[in-house]
Amino acid sequence: MMQFMLLFSRQGKLRLQKWYVPLSDKEKKKITRELVQTVLARKPKMCSFLEWRDLKVVYKRYASLYFCCAVENQDNELITLEIIHRYVELLDKYFGSVCELDIIFNFEKAYFILDEFLLGGEAQETSKKNVLKAIEQADLLQENVDFQTRLFAAPT
Amino acid sequence: MPAPIRLRELIRTIRTARTQAEEREMIQKECAAIRSSFREEDNTYRCRNVAKLLYMHMLGYPAHFGQLECLKLIASQKFTDKRIGYLGAMLLLDERQDVHLLMTNCIKNDLNHSTQYVQGLALCTLGCMGSSEMCRDLAGEVEKLLKTSNSYLRKKAALCAVHVIRKVPELMEMFLPATKNLLSEKNHGVLHTSVVLLTEMCERSPDMLAHFRKNEKLVPQLVRILKNLIMSGYSPEHDVSGISDPFLQVRILRLLRILGKSDDDSSEAMNDILAQVATNTETSKNVGNAILYETVLTIMDIKSESGLRVLAINILGRFLLNNDKNIRYVALTSLLKTVQTDHNAVQRHRSTIVDCLKDLDVSIKRRAMELSFALVNGNNVRGMMKELLYFLDSCDPEFKADCASGVFLAAEKYAPSKRWHIDTVMRVLTTAGSYVRDDSVPNLIQLITNSVEMHAYTVQRLYKALLDDISQQPLVQVASWCIGEYGDLLLSGQCEEEEPIQVTEDEVLDVLEGLLASNLSTPVTRGYSLTAIMKLSTRFSSVNRIKKVVSVYGSSIDVELQQRAVEYNALFKKYDHMRPALLERMPIMEKTATNGPSEIVQTNGEAEPSAVEAKHPPPVAQPANQANDLLDLLGGNDVVPVIQTSMPTKPASAGGELLDLLGDLSLSGPAPAPSVPSSQPPFLLDGLSSQPLFNDIAPAGIPPMIAYNKNGLKIDFTFERANPNPNVAVITIHATNSTESEMTEFVFQAAVPKTFQLQLLSPSSNVVPALNQGSVTQVIRVLNPQKQQLRMRIKLTYTHKGSPVQDLSEVNNFPPQSWQ
Repeated sequence: MMQFMLLFSRQGKLRLQKWYVPLSDKEKKKITRELVQTVLARKPKMCSFLEWRDLKVVYKRYASLYFCCAVENQDNELITLEIIHRYVELLDKYFGSVCELDIIFNFEKAYFILDEFLLGGEAQETSKKNVLKAIEQADLLQENVDFQTRLFAAPT
Repeated sequence: MPAPIRLRELIRTIRTARTQAEEREMIQKECAAIRSSFREEDNTYRCRNVAKLLYMHMLGYPAHFGQLECLKLIASQKFTDKRIGYLGAMLLLDERQDVHLLMTNCIKNDLNHSTQYVQGLALCTLGCMGSSEMCRDLAGEVEKLLKTSNSYLRKKAALCAVHVIRKVPELMEMFLPATKNLLSEKNHGVLHTSVVLLTEMCERSPDMLAHFRKNEKLVPQLVRILKNLIMSGYSPEHDVSGISDPFLQVRILRLLRILGKSDDDSSEAMNDILAQVATNTETSKNVGNAILYETVLTIMDIKSESGLRVLAINILGRFLLNNDKNIRYVALTSLLKTVQTDHNAVQRHRSTIVDCLKDLDVSIKRRAMELSFALVNGNNVRGMMKELLYFLDSCDPEFKADCASGVFLAAEKYAPSKRWHIDTVMRVLTTAGSYVRDDSVPNLIQLITNSVEMHAYTVQRLYKALLDDISQQPLVQVASWCIGEYGDLLLSGQCEEEEPIQVTEDEVLDVLEGLLASNLSTPVTRGYSLTAIMKLSTRFSSVNRIKKVVSVYGSSIDVELQQRAVEYNALFKKYDHMRPALLERMPIMEKTATNGPSEIVQTNGEAEPSAVEAKHPPPVAQPANQANDLLDLLGGNDVVPVIQTSMPTKPASAGGELLDLLGDLSLSGPAPAPSVPSSQPPFLLDGLSSQPLFNDIAPAGIPPMIAYNKNGLKIDFTFERANPNPNVAVITIHATNSTESEMTEFVFQAAVPKTFQLQLLSPSSNVVPALNQGSVTQVIRVLNPQKQQLRMRIKLTYTHKGSPVQDLSEVNNFPPQSWQ
């Protein structure tokens, strides 16, 4: 299973963090700092995998963002690269040519999409279409309720 | 109170901050506003405030005061609230927080909500971060949802079940009925998550595994699904670069691996599909290679036929030639895993592997180095060493130590001639001399001593190396020792192997004195030089000069040097008649391992008397059944895996050390190898003759035994049977120290012949207190499926009174109850 996924910029600013193992805030911060440093120090010609503590870290850079996943030893690194790619494709479809700013300003949406694609560190849906459909429906549900509230609530 | 600012607004504002201080100020201001808003129990804007809080949390600021608010959001009826509330719970609340449990009731209600998206939120949260208590409380709901016909919920429930099982393994049984027809689903999401669930169950419980193999006939079902994926036409929904649902294919292959492992029938049932996948998968993109990678791993792990295995290795060989460095990396890792079992097949790709040594990527280089060492054998040793030495020259410092050790080991095992061996050792010392491990100096000295005919050549080369460079301590130490021993050969110009150099006594003494005086020399090196100079007093004629040097150092600040010098001085003055005898040439040293068996028999309190006698019979021709035992013990290249879960031995050399431990058991090694076979027959006879003594098998309670007792260190073994598996013997070692100073950095390692499997758990500590005041305990689990006689070779390393101690020993007096 995937133990955690981190998205960070070239300057090391965290844009998204999803943890599938229970760790204290302090430990999470320490891990994040260490890993960000390690990945940012890698040269472009190096391979996308590195051994870190007792896990395998798979990372890929898309434009200005690094997508970094830590998987366990029995997991397949190459398919993890595909998982990262699939997530980027989902974001791209949802936001329309996604860029880092989209993820900064709509971080909660990025999380919602991730939570429709992965659950407990494993992929729950392998069809792009189905993930996007579910998000669409959930967004509609959100809007409908909001719309109703706005129509009928007393102005403040 | 004005409406709190919107999330986007806040983000925009914070991003305009030019300094960290400015940002902190903005955040504090907003936090204060949010806090007062929370205090007012404002329902309308709670969602917005928590969202802002989550943003600030991601920037690294504390957000704990929002935890309860997340709970209130989750309890709200509005979908927007629930969405942000659950997100907040996943980000801010983990199972260590007390607030965490309060979520349970909300989640329970939401699991039964009328809207599937709400149910989805609850399942997701539970599956990502539910604590054991929550899982226990809600497992029933999850199980219910696992049986629903709604595929959106079913797939989430499956992964939620996986999480529950991970947290509370005892609950696994309750999910079994629901798995009955999971695989007959058409929906890929459900299929994928179901395979993950089945994988988790099979990995955790051998009973489940057996059940799924036999009763559920899982393998045919999986084969059918995989076949459909490969054969069916283009499916736009699941297509990735021309391959249909690679994620599902990979998971199925992984589950097949678990089902086929150690099971002939299952392995046979999946042979065809594996061959099909291996040959038909498109390799131009990463997706295809991901599937091939998983296929190869599966083929290697199950009981596949040899043709399939060769196919797998060839795939890995092709991977090695791929432009994509990720693929090369993955290939090297897999080859490393298979090199022990399919050695010949991997040999075919040796040249490609060696080429990978020149790769730019550090991880690839390391893998290639490890693999190269594993591939060295008697036939290719010259060529391989050339490449590896070249690598040693040019590699990064982080590799040098491991590479040097590897070269020494391989040279020891496969050296085609003594001259070659010495040349190789010299090469390592001169290029990476400062990186070799400390214990290589005594090993090398022993090697040199034993190569009698090469003494002149060796000392000459070492002398020349010293003239070039005196900074690499191991080289300098070995060189000074040799010059001390064989200085006379240096002078006589007797070298056969190469042009003898002309050197005078004074020149040699100049060099040695230079070492003594140089700032580059460590105290240990100085000690070596001084002793070397002293030895030359019986080999050279300029005794007066030597006397002068020795007396000067009699007042050295370094205590060790001073002591040596004073004693040597005394040798000159009062015991001059003893000097020649004392400083005589060293005899050929025996490797310490061969002393092992006799040591144990002497000190073992429970020594069988006939076993002692068995030590002494001369090495007669072996009868046939002993030959079988011999083959059995001939570990050779088949390294028995010792999974040491504790101490920081370097991984690359741990494999090497094992080879070292078992290498001595190899009788068919080349002649120059230092493992002297003459001790083998006693060992074998020992094993055979100890059997008749224990004909009556004690009912229960296996007696403990002393495994090792030397230099004050005593190691006892106590036994118990591991209940679920009668083939596993659980041995606890107790190490005690009867000397007055403690033994630190104590590391216990063990190796067993190849029919056994060994697992070492973490030791209680690595300091053995002095005077038997305490002990270090460590648990060993030995799997003995063939019920063979248990034998073990142990290696002990520790630091005692400041100096490192290392010893190899054999343990072969195991009571029969421990392995029958």
